[in-house]
Amino acid sequence: MTTPSIQVQQAPTVQYLLRLGDTALILGQRLGEWCGHAPVLEEDIALSNIALDLIGQSRALLSRVGQLEGLGHHEDQLAFLREERDYRNVTMAELPNGPGRPGDFAFTVLRNAMLATWFRLLWERLGDSSDSELAAIAGKAVKEARYHQQHSCDWVVRLGDGTEESARRMRAALDTLWRYSAELFESDDVDAAAAANGLGPRWDALREPWLAEMRELLAEAKLPMPADTAFRSTGKRGVHTEHMGYILADMQYLQRAYPGGVW
Amino acid sequence: MNQKQNAANQSSLNEWPLWEVFVRSKSGLDHKHCGSLHAADAPMAIQLARDVYTRRLEGCSVWVVRSDQIVASDPADKGMYFDPMEDKVYRHPTFYKLPSEVDHM
Repeated sequence: MTTPSIQVQQAPTVQYLLRLGDTALILGQRLGEWCGHAPVLEEDIALSNIALDLIGQSRALLSRVGQLEGLGHHEDQLAFLREERDYRNVTMAELPNGPGRPGDFAFTVLRNAMLATWFRLLWERLGDSSDSELAAIAGKAVKEARYHQQHSCDWVVRLGDGTEESARRMRAALDTLWRYSAELFESDDVDAAAAANGLGPRWDALREPWLAEMRELLAEAKLPMPADTAFRSTGKRGVHTEHMGYILADMQYLQRAYPGGVW
Repeated sequence: MNQKQNAANQSSLNEWPLWEVFVRSKSGLDHKHCGSLHAADAPMAIQLARDVYTRRLEGCSVWVVRSDQIVASDPADKGMYFDPMEDKVYRHPTFYKLPSEVDHM
């Protein structure tokens, strides 16, 4: 009764785009969990806007993956019919928003700030991609990412330099999240190949500019810059945390139960 | 302090101030009042105005102003302020014959 999973190509170009598209997809899904639950109505709408921007970016990227792959997969199949191992999002995106639902607001906005900064740096560089389709996607997405960064960094400063309670939560979020940031800047065969053929930058090239922006942000928020750890998360290689299965179950239920279902 | 005042003070401590939002739909047109929202300060009010009131391409510029900074006419004065204008159609410039060279006045 369930729809069979699809297999995706392992070609580096496809994998490079999947890492971006899946990170946007899974982060968008996580932010969607706030819909109807944010601390105030206005912020509820703001978070949902960001979630929808990310889903939109993911749709564009997954559609491009389908074209480059040449196996006839469309965005819905790629978004909903893969096995967990074939999702290539960075681990930071899949972490729950915090204990319980909808989770911890400090954790949510700090992750948004970290990933929006990273995405913005990537999109800026992808504007010069040798793939003109990807360059066009980047041209649109970079504007969205700039706003995501402004909105979430504002919150990081307000909460980090806020009350005793908000600062405590922000420090706890930083302690949890920081160790997952290493994955964003580790290069391997996939991004080396992308850099060689002009598709996009090596991820380790983003490390210094990202750290510089984080240093400035954390100083303004009166938060300590955490030390690096030896821990390395591996979501972009398909090895996920125990949280990934649950989020995929949420996302895939409809497509699995009602194959090809549309609005 | 009575209980009612106390409750009002409590809620003003816990609630962000109200802001009125004005959106300009495109360059050259006026900013139009389109609603209000709660925000902690001006930068947050601008961001949230963008998120709440321009998500369907309604605008290219937003203004916000603290609602308590707006001075409004008293609804009780409506009779003496505005009703007397009802029968003064001669204040519309529609009783003049314009020379034909003056188009679209």
